[in-house]
Amino acid sequence: MRKCELKNLDLVFEKISESALLYLPVEGENGADYKKWEKGVKLSKSLNTNKSPKDFFFPQSEDLMEFKTSGKEIEVVDTRNSKEDFVVFGVRACDVKSFEILDRVFLSEPCDSYYADRRQHGIIISMACTRPSETCFCQTFGIDAASPVGDISCWKTEDSVYFDGNSEKGKKLLETISSLMEECDSKAVEEQKSKTAEIMKKLPLANLTADKFGGGKTEEFFNDPAWAELSQACLGCGTCTFVCPTCQCYDIKDYNTGKGVIRFRCWDSCMYSDFTKMAHGNSRNSQTERFRQRFMHKLVYFPENNEGIFGCVGCGRCMNKCPISMNIVKVMKKLGGKTNE
Amino acid sequence: MQKITSEMLIQKACDLLENKTVNRVLGWKTGEFAYDITPAVFSDCESVKAEFVFNDFCGANFSKYLVKETAKSDGKILVFLKPCDTYSFNQLLTEHRFNRDNVYVVGIPCEGMVDINKAKKIVGDGIVGVSSKGDDIVVETLYDGDVTVDAKSVLAERCMACKSKKCVAYDELMGENGEVIESNRFDEVQRLENMTEDERFAFWQSELSKCIRCNACRDICPACTCEKCVFDNPNSGVENKAVSDSFEEKMFHVIRAFHVAGRCTDCGECSRVCPQNIPLHLLNRKFIKDINEFYGEYQAGEVAGSRAPLVDYTTDDIEASDAVKKGDESNA
Repeated sequence: MRKCELKNLDLVFEKISESALLYLPVEGENGADYKKWEKGVKLSKSLNTNKSPKDFFFPQSEDLMEFKTSGKEIEVVDTRNSKEDFVVFGVRACDVKSFEILDRVFLSEPCDSYYADRRQHGIIISMACTRPSETCFCQTFGIDAASPVGDISCWKTEDSVYFDGNSEKGKKLLETISSLMEECDSKAVEEQKSKTAEIMKKLPLANLTADKFGGGKTEEFFNDPAWAELSQACLGCGTCTFVCPTCQCYDIKDYNTGKGVIRFRCWDSCMYSDFTKMAHGNSRNSQTERFRQRFMHKLVYFPENNEGIFGCVGCGRCMNKCPISMNIVKVMKKLGGKTNE
Repeated sequence: MQKITSEMLIQKACDLLENKTVNRVLGWKTGEFAYDITPAVFSDCESVKAEFVFNDFCGANFSKYLVKETAKSDGKILVFLKPCDTYSFNQLLTEHRFNRDNVYVVGIPCEGMVDINKAKKIVGDGIVGVSSKGDDIVVETLYDGDVTVDAKSVLAERCMACKSKKCVAYDELMGENGEVIESNRFDEVQRLENMTEDERFAFWQSELSKCIRCNACRDICPACTCEKCVFDNPNSGVENKAVSDSFEEKMFHVIRAFHVAGRCTDCGECSRVCPQNIPLHLLNRKFIKDINEFYGEYQAGEVAGSRAPLVDYTTDDIEASDAVKKGDESNA
């Protein structure tokens, strides 16, 4: 483990950005968002960003290919730009876990080469939490907010920042900035971890469990009458899906440029009325069915196909952003019964 | 802050359910915390007593829900409407979006609603409870104990520019009806008008580029009740969810503003729900201000059945060429 003084963190950023694009949470007028680091840009003090960092690997919209026509010739162009290495600093434990969930979708066969390219070029520097919010429930899914494991793990105390390399590429990056740091023991980090663990126990959602859910529970929950009540006020907007770090559905469409076609993909939302619309029509005609899909996917279908791993990381963004304040916690409490609290 | 309490509304709801005036109640349902309140339909007194709540976070405008709810059953539904909600209610009636006979409206006074994000900015994360104490808001926090803040400092932006405390539609009122207010709601529009064209373009460019196409502004908007929005029609050639083209992002919001011009009551729900905090209401307010200036003062939803200037021809109407000239002047 190594550490640098907090006041020298900007020097670390400067050094990293010499060899790669560096992104980090920056405070805006209304909370933090990931921005590119350049001189003068300061790391946000907010707990987390408005939007999740999934854009770095799975952007909201991206061109896949272009078809250019000239007479009877059609040229197919790979529109991918050459990928530069990039570093994302300050990723919280919940969001670090979300990459594992996205990996399971995009890196399993057939591998999504667009996503894989970005994963290969990206380095995650995680940041441990010290002041979780009332809307945090990562521990429900077995995530330790105090010890996230990015390519490099990072802990911030009042005067120092501690670094520990995990993956090969993380360790390599850490070497390049080691001149700005000194070797140290993990005493301060261990102290912080146990302090955070105490706070986690006191969070309002500390006792929320996902035990009632998981693979094989489709029959148990699919026809639960509670879905109608839970989805009653749902607007059918895409806010929850678009701020969610694990929502991974997308649509592929063609854009007519007049001289050809650009094929692009963009995030889709199971809340939208045209979600999975096919030639025969739509498979989920009511908002209740679409609403159910979102939560069944995270709590039942995903774990069923992924060794019990849930499709939610408890970041709490949907709790903060839903216009009608409906969210996965309310769903879990309602469907799981009172004993779920 | 609110003078009306949950208990008073619960009593009213139970009375009306029990004497069979209504068979359902559209109201606010408690959440995990003080501030995460969800609109809900209650069908018996027991559930009202267990989960109905009214506090400083009951900002949701219920009028639009009536379109869906009144179509479900023949009986009357009770709805509690705050003054600004009653304008949307009237506007929907004007547009024949639901049957008035199927609704029982109880108008309630509103002292302005709290914006939890403003509270979070002041006291930080970890808010486990919020209560009101006179003109103060007491925020119970995980890290700093109880923090007392002035209610005005956490008042929602739209409530700071409240246009009316008067319920303009109701079957009965709780408490006394308020008055229309001389509000400062056009100040911000004026500020934008005073910008140069380039500055104004840059302002909207920067705001609208934050849009994530979640469509929450449209979905919450009481003036957006088309059964199928053009942006949801895959055959329309426009895109409802991709952010690939910044032109289209702007077009979505500008088209929407045009579509609700003259019908928007300025309830402010669009900006309240925007997860990216884009001040969308300013687009609509610009239209309201222009309509006021070109055709005389007009408040959508003030009177049910009123003919809006844009759909009503009078010989006094401003000539289109003069409107353009005036627009150019005010934007100069």
